[in-house]
Amino acid sequence: MDGNNPDNAGRSHVPPISAIDRRCFLRLSAFFSGGLLASGSLLGCLQGEEGKGQIVSVNDDGSVIIRAGCPSHNCGGRCVLKLHVRDGEIVRIETDDRPTDDISDPQLRACIRGRSYRRRQYHPDRLKYPMKRVGERGEGKFERISWDEALEILASRLKRVKEKYGNSAILVPYGTGSYNQTNGRQTAARLMNLFGGSLGFYNSYSWACISRATPYVYGTSVTGNQRQDWINSRYIIMWGWNPAEMRDGTNSEFFIKKARENGARVICIDPRMSMSAVSLADEWIPIRPGTDTALMSAMAYVIISEDLHDKDFINRCCIGFDKSQMPDGLEEEESYIDYIFGTKDGVPKTPGWAEEITGIPARTIIRIGREYGSIKPAMLYQGYGMQRRAYGEQPVLGGCVLAAITGNVGISGGWASGIALQVADGGPLWNVFPTGRNPVREMIPVFLWTEAVLRGKEMGPEDGVVGGDRLQNNIKLIWCVASNILINQHSDVNRSAEILKDENLVEFIAFQDQFMTPSGRFADLVLPVCTQFEVWGLQDGWKYGDEVIINPKIYDPPNEAKSDYRICAELSEKLGLKDEFTQGRDEREWIEWAVNHFRNTRFPEIPSLDQLHEKNRGVYSVPVEKPKVALSDFRDDPENNPLNTPTGKIEIFSRQLYDMDKPDVIPPVPKYIQEWESPFGEESKRFPLQAVGHHYMPRVHSIHDQIDWLEEAFPQRVFINPLDASDRGIKNGDQVRVYNERGEMVIPCRVTAKIMPGVVNIPQGAWWTPDEEGVDRRGCVNVLTSHKWTPLAFGNAQHTIMCQVEKA
Amino acid sequence: MGKKQLAFYFDSSSCSGCKTCQVACKDKHDSGEGILWRRVYEAAGGDWVKDGNAWVPNVYSYYISMACNHCVEPLCLYSCPNNAIVKNDDGIVLIEKDRCMGCRYCEWNCPYGALQFDKSQGVMTKCTFCDDYLAEGKKPSCITACPMRVLDIGELEELEKEHGKSNEIFPMPRAHYTQPAIVVKPHRDARMAENVEMKIDNLEEIKNEQ
Repeated sequence: MDGNNPDNAGRSHVPPISAIDRRCFLRLSAFFSGGLLASGSLLGCLQGEEGKGQIVSVNDDGSVIIRAGCPSHNCGGRCVLKLHVRDGEIVRIETDDRPTDDISDPQLRACIRGRSYRRRQYHPDRLKYPMKRVGERGEGKFERISWDEALEILASRLKRVKEKYGNSAILVPYGTGSYNQTNGRQTAARLMNLFGGSLGFYNSYSWACISRATPYVYGTSVTGNQRQDWINSRYIIMWGWNPAEMRDGTNSEFFIKKARENGARVICIDPRMSMSAVSLADEWIPIRPGTDTALMSAMAYVIISEDLHDKDFINRCCIGFDKSQMPDGLEEEESYIDYIFGTKDGVPKTPGWAEEITGIPARTIIRIGREYGSIKPAMLYQGYGMQRRAYGEQPVLGGCVLAAITGNVGISGGWASGIALQVADGGPLWNVFPTGRNPVREMIPVFLWTEAVLRGKEMGPEDGVVGGDRLQNNIKLIWCVASNILINQHSDVNRSAEILKDENLVEFIAFQDQFMTPSGRFADLVLPVCTQFEVWGLQDGWKYGDEVIINPKIYDPPNEAKSDYRICAELSEKLGLKDEFTQGRDEREWIEWAVNHFRNTRFPEIPSLDQLHEKNRGVYSVPVEKPKVALSDFRDDPENNPLNTPTGKIEIFSRQLYDMDKPDVIPPVPKYIQEWESPFGEESKRFPLQAVGHHYMPRVHSIHDQIDWLEEAFPQRVFINPLDASDRGIKNGDQVRVYNERGEMVIPCRVTAKIMPGVVNIPQGAWWTPDEEGVDRRGCVNVLTSHKWTPLAFGNAQHTIMCQVEKA
Repeated sequence: MGKKQLAFYFDSSSCSGCKTCQVACKDKHDSGEGILWRRVYEAAGGDWVKDGNAWVPNVYSYYISMACNHCVEPLCLYSCPNNAIVKNDDGIVLIEKDRCMGCRYCEWNCPYGALQFDKSQGVMTKCTFCDDYLAEGKKPSCITACPMRVLDIGELEELEKEHGKSNEIFPMPRAHYTQPAIVVKPHRDARMAENVEMKIDNLEEIKNEQ
């Protein structure tokens, strides 16, 4: 993929076999007299500190071993890398090698992405120096400038927009490229908040519907037992959940494996025979995308009609199940059981009804309904893909309700469903780097940022705006930090590109990253950022916060790259905010601050950064011997431990949703709603195939797309069923055209029976690479996606796509 | 057997096909693009049946992660015209790079695709069982990399005693050619060697095609 192969140079760095057994363990500071690595780095910090030193092993070839967090992007994993560093170069990457690998505190083994990191770290395309645009916006033509000029430009543009429009015309967009505290958009958010603020947003591209919908049922997002409890489950439904590939928490796949070894039966419901379906499940049940709530409803039909529901639990802990449980004054409205049996709409949600919609045989639906209704305890784990869809709120609510009516809430081995933040910690802290308060009070749903560019001043509550009646401004300046959302990861790339090209809309775009991504091509100013190996950092355990992982600075950034924090600190000087912004701290001192923050909140026993560093384990963890169970207090005594819902109960019927008065799209009980692009709609005549864009093993969203070892292992393809391929005269490996009204790509296909007929998969995150005709040649799924948002959460529905495929 | 023979253990029943083993190997050995001392085969087969409104899959799939099997009867060694391949006291089969002429006969003889030609050096290369790590008391790089913990090593006899003799899972060939030093715990979908209904779904990802 690239001409420059640092690994050929690295070949000679492999220690000779005979030398390795002479490897010795030394205290580093006692061993090194000179700076092996660059100043200011790990070794630089240690030198001259009498009596202090890091326990490291030193190979005879001079390479030292440093344990560090795997650079934290936005995968679900948080892992430890064991770096072999020699002469200021990482020459080998291994992983967590703590001697015990017990389920209470398992090793945090990195996946293929982390193990390939040298190819990213030493990639020849890394941004080297600041640049400004010289061609048309979007053309991708830039010229080198100095840091001083670059920061002067950014400072003056920020000041100009602030004066002309006000702070609410500034956007630091959603960006999940870095979670190590000192790199990432949070650094820019802090500076902007001190500068008077920028347009706020809520939601994420990952979890919009699941984070919005879960509390309507449970009054909380903390619905998850600790993962070690999974081994107590007897029946596990991985519903659109693919932990082996996305790594929904490091070791989640390992815990499911352990649960299965402990006797759990595991099924996987997914349009694709995913890596998790193959390796973790006893049975794979393919489902037509976007029909999950139909299957849930039919399972409920089986469970209730066969009297398998937990009547005691429903009576004690739920409302809205049947007529006897309806809220005051709404007794005649449609209860859950009314919907399931078709009392009001005349359509009983039978397995036969669901077979037509889901493509799953009625007999299979009956069987899994009986299994989930009768095997106790059982766990229905909802993946996030099904909620990034047209009515993505409904399967979230539906899954929660299934868990409730089967009484799987608040018990060991059960699972309440929903977003399931972990009970022990109430969810991860992620970036604790303090961003401060945003003086601009208006917030948009994050997915609607292109709307705020086009018509911000018209946007109000009907567009999900909170914190004010209307936005004060359209977005006029974008400062894009650790984000590829401007183009690649937002829906409808061709539309976004047209919007961004127009300099009358967004007047200035600054872009800060490690590589020239498709978003970077639309920048007016490009600032090079160092990697997480080149700055001090710290991370916690993504969704499951049982550990703190440190990222020591291995060496100084190459060329002119700087950390996001450093860039912001230098910019803060030009904005007259230096003292407020830095509080006199450098990056390492902020990491010390973060360790203290963790000590004061979740990890009272955590040692100092110096001590963590000296131990050189890379991670501080708290073993989970007795996993906690969510909602157990409520279950035991619902009267005295009510939920934070209006009724204090589990709300199968939500009066809040009822009061929104949009029953067709926001029903008060979970319902199957045909999607706005559907195989059952008129649109399917022109575009008969459903497309999904799953999270692919070699990438974290759009990160790592350029890495040769990963492309070799998992090339970008459109995956298509043999029946759909043969209908179109397509053979395995052919170049195919995938298109709809919004865009078009030409990429090679993989013909595989492991995806259901009528569905194609274009793994999300590939970098948009348009040719002269605007046809994407790399396979960015967002050339096909729609910017239409979901009704309740205002979330992205990026997996609701109809398309056509033909031989190119 | 009596004689020492180190072997790989691979639990195919829980392998996710994530290929972390493959890349851990590449990273440790600095093998260039196209060289896969350890590779992961995605075996798949079956079809779909329309049943009323439903689609019924009769689809099966599993992964086989495989390096060199350090065979008891290494055909590669027997075929080398320059005696560049040796089998050491642990049963590990190694290439003596200085003696390798790059004629690639061994590559033709290996039924597992384990031997891979390195064009830049003009020699054959293959899995060394990370014998440098073994000397240090550590396990090979691929083993400790596995997020699912499905790889291990051991004495062939002991592994076979514990798990049974299982070394002919598709797409592996029949074992009698070379007696591979590997024990595979089969996936529920596993088919035996020489199965004609299965195929390798990810053939393009396995550079060293057999």
